[in-house]
Amino acid sequence: MLFTENVLVALSGLKANIMRSLLTMLGIIIGIASVIAIMTVGNSITLIVNSTMQGLGANNIQVAIMQKTDDEGEESGMNYGGYARDLTDEDLITKDMLKALTDEYKDDIKYVMLTEQVGDYYSTSKVSQNGKDAKVQIVGYNKDYMEFNDKEVLGGRSFITQDYKEGKAVCMVSDKLVERLYKGDNDAVIGTEIEVVSDDGTFNDFYVVGVYKYVAESLSFGESDNPKTEVLVPLNTARKINHTANKGFEYFMLVTSVNTDNNTFVTKVRDFFNVNFYSRNDAFEIAAVSMDSMMDSLNTMISMIKLALSVIAGISLVVGGIGVMNIMLVSITERTKEIGTRKALGATNASIRLQFITESVVICVIGGIIGIVLGVGLGILAVKLMGYDAVVSVSSVVIAVGFSMAIGIFFGYYPANKAAKLNPIDALRYE
Amino acid sequence: MAENTMLDLRNIHKSFFIGTPNEFEVLHGLNFTVKEGEFVSIVGQSGSGKSTLMNIIGALDRPTSGEYSLDGIDIEKAKDHELSALRNKKIGFVFQTYNLIARTSALKNVELPMMYAGMGRAERTERAKMLLEQVEMTDRMMHKPDELSGGQKQRVAIARAMANDPAIILADEPTGALDSATGRLIMDIFHKLHEEQGKTIVLITHSPELSRETERIITLKDGSIIGESAGSWTGLKEKEGE
Repeated sequence: MLFTENVLVALSGLKANIMRSLLTMLGIIIGIASVIAIMTVGNSITLIVNSTMQGLGANNIQVAIMQKTDDEGEESGMNYGGYARDLTDEDLITKDMLKALTDEYKDDIKYVMLTEQVGDYYSTSKVSQNGKDAKVQIVGYNKDYMEFNDKEVLGGRSFITQDYKEGKAVCMVSDKLVERLYKGDNDAVIGTEIEVVSDDGTFNDFYVVGVYKYVAESLSFGESDNPKTEVLVPLNTARKINHTANKGFEYFMLVTSVNTDNNTFVTKVRDFFNVNFYSRNDAFEIAAVSMDSMMDSLNTMISMIKLALSVIAGISLVVGGIGVMNIMLVSITERTKEIGTRKALGATNASIRLQFITESVVICVIGGIIGIVLGVGLGILAVKLMGYDAVVSVSSVVIAVGFSMAIGIFFGYYPANKAAKLNPIDALRYE
Repeated sequence: MAENTMLDLRNIHKSFFIGTPNEFEVLHGLNFTVKEGEFVSIVGQSGSGKSTLMNIIGALDRPTSGEYSLDGIDIEKAKDHELSALRNKKIGFVFQTYNLIARTSALKNVELPMMYAGMGRAERTERAKMLLEQVEMTDRMMHKPDELSGGQKQRVAIARAMANDPAIILADEPTGALDSATGRLIMDIFHKLHEEQGKTIVLITHSPELSRETERIITLKDGSIIGESAGSWTGLKEKEGE
């Protein structure tokens, strides 16, 4: 009863001084708006990154050769990263090593995925037909990789065991390429030979066995009408072209079975290689990471950034709170006589205190609500500009309302208590 | 009229510290009583201590020594929140400067003491309307103080003083800021409350002329009571008959 009365009194006070009230709220509005905007952008990015990484396979373990870190070197600070020498063919992961690994952990390993591309990632090869070009990249995959990735075959067939074993000059092209060069007619390309010409003028001919469905990478910005698509070839075909057929690998991926705990299995794989094959290597060792742990550390990083930015934005909330306290002190001085009168009419110290705390909370909550609306708007706008769907977190809105109330109470308490403790006689006599 | 004692002040002293060791005594042991239903005036020049006395009677301040009971309740022993409740229920203040709450309608102003008393919304609105009708302010009850004239403000203030049906009405120079015609109107309202409802009224004024309208005059000078006399008021109805 007293509460609603206090809210009404507070609102009529705010209405009487609209300009002053708005200026007072400004700090709260800016503070809440920036925190909410940061949270919205941060949450959206977290969601996008997670779904992208999930798409890459959360069950994956990536294994790669890495420079040995020289502990002594690090301590003395003399040897940056312990860089000793370049990678040589002797350092690579051989097929025998892979065989030993799969024999040792038969039950845990489902797929050993190997891939190798022709030319480097940033170079662009092209296929020409009917006076048009399509940008491509030749990438070789082993059988396990193709099985795990399970690209949708729109026409023709996938590779067969013989293709993999013998490294036949066969390929699969994307539907995008067919669309661009063959007007979407799969049958026009399947069974023909295409020529892939690279930047440096070398060319390779492949017999097209199938067409797969192109899926854009989820982290790409916008969609080009001529995206660089992959020309899929068997791994051994790519290695023949690269003249790496007899060499080892720098990198491979494992897909574990459902029952395997990746966090411990990562350690097992790393130790297996380093103990059995790399203990005498002077410069290189094997590192293994699971997608799970990478996702965890990435999420932790995003959370930290979000928190840090929010704290900075939160400082303006504190400044806003001080503004509210300041205006409450002014308001109480202006209304000293009113306070005296209320006390003469029977208001207790507690009810005077409640009245002014309510007033400060009302200012902060109204400011908070305006801030939430602004912040959500800004956040959605920012995420949309980056080309994604925004995710507004309900919890951050609830926290923002709660936090602005808390600011109201915290910064309202001192002025309200000052008002409550006024001597009624002095307050009545105040002019 | 019942003969119950409403105010009972015994040997009231009040001192203020104006820097140790100096102590400045304003009231030098006052003794007087006010009976239920009496209309009493306390008259004195400025500096006579009448404001200090009013603060003590109004339970806004405590005496330095002496005993004061209001409607049977000892004031000097009461705690702060008990004094608040006492002011709320037992005393109706009427100030020289009206002291209405700004930006709040006349009706809400009258409701205020009832709100602090914890009365329900519907009940207090109804009672406030009734009180405003008594002072003939019904048609302006939704107006805010700055939309009312001095006389209208003081009528609202009187209605507010009556809100919790107090034991005494304590009026501090209620006509001090009004012209004589309006002041007359306000004084008539007090007489009406006294004669028709039997209200106990204590009027504090510097004007001997105004004090003569009351039943009993207590004259204060330099912090002591220097005389008590009967007023020359002969009743509202007789005056109207003149």
